[in-house]
Amino acid sequence: MTTKDLIHVNQLCESYQVEVSFFNELHEFGLIEIIQEEQNLFVPQEKIEDVEKMIRMHQELHINLEGIDAVFNLLSQMEELKSELNQVRNRLRLYELE
Amino acid sequence: MAFIDYYKTLGITKNATENEIKRAYRRLARKYHPDLNPNSKEAERQFKLINEANEVLSNPENRKKYDQYGKDWKHADQFENAKQQQSQYQHRSSQQGGFGGFDAGDYSDFFSSMFGNAGENRGRSTKFKGQDYNAELNLNLEDVYKTHKRTLTVNGKNIRLTIPAGVKNGQIIKIAGHGGQGVNGGPKGDLFIEFTIPTHSMFRRDGDNLFVTVDLDLYTALLGGELVVNTMEGKVKLKVKPETQNGTKVKLKGKGFPVYKKEGHFGDLIVTYNIVNPTHLTEQEKSLFEQLAKLR
Repeated sequence: MTTKDLIHVNQLCESYQVEVSFFNELHEFGLIEIIQEEQNLFVPQEKIEDVEKMIRMHQELHINLEGIDAVFNLLSQMEELKSELNQVRNRLRLYELE
Repeated sequence: MAFIDYYKTLGITKNATENEIKRAYRRLARKYHPDLNPNSKEAERQFKLINEANEVLSNPENRKKYDQYGKDWKHADQFENAKQQQSQYQHRSSQQGGFGGFDAGDYSDFFSSMFGNAGENRGRSTKFKGQDYNAELNLNLEDVYKTHKRTLTVNGKNIRLTIPAGVKNGQIIKIAGHGGQGVNGGPKGDLFIEFTIPTHSMFRRDGDNLFVTVDLDLYTALLGGELVVNTMEGKVKLKVKPETQNGTKVKLKGKGFPVYKKEGHFGDLIVTYNIVNPTHLTEQEKSLFEQLAKLR
């Protein structure tokens, strides 16, 4: 059986000073996963870093949720490209002169 | 400590209105925000600079002081005066619309000498994770062949790390909780370590496979025989087939590099033969080669 660390949404609202509706909207946009246990809402702990980024983008850069979605997609593509570039660079090293 | 032209930093004129400052700041913040430029030191530097510029120019009192003394910051008397006012600014500059996660160490010497740690106590009570730190670690290929422990010093603190066998050149690993202090009681940031593994080894690496080129004498190549080659774990004896051509590749399964975080799994070692012709032939050898050539 696998276990998952969850953080209560109310706790997040208190820490980041945002409304529960913000998390609901993030969930509706498919940006985060919200897990419901009885009447309580939770966010997986491993997603907290992403949630913080989304809050910062929203509060500090005034990026709306559509924008956050686009930014996250582009960042994820950028990560893939970076990893591919690193692989290609390492492969090129095979042909470097001694 | 150099004078910093905050107007130039934000790309505005000295007569810019509050709205123009705000617009310029927001536009540049969207360009250089660390969340949008992960692992970019240049973006981080720019971001700190524009935050600093905004901190000064968006506050009428700071802006006035900057306009008045900015270029003459070397005049000690004026600075002494400025420093005395520091405590006042600490309270006044709390709502400038800047960004969280920005601490005293993020300001330039120029800013600190004029305004003290004015930006340090800005009025956010939101908890945010601390700043992430980036570090580089140079390792040899031999170092990363086996899992080993190493002590690193990052920002004056010793961190004992386990470096798993098989890390790659350019790979970045995250050490959670070893970054900067959190903001308002938020968790600590993370430490990201990028590995640099130079190619100063006899082996070349592509992923988990290793490549090595070995010299093979002409006679063994033609008639077949045995050859001893080096691997990462010592020497192995190879059987060379008769009539082996130059550039022939032989794969030694499981003699390559360990697969990252998969204990007991290894890539392959690909051996390329480089056939070496004899030199300084004697008359007899020449004659024999001529005979061989006539037979073809």
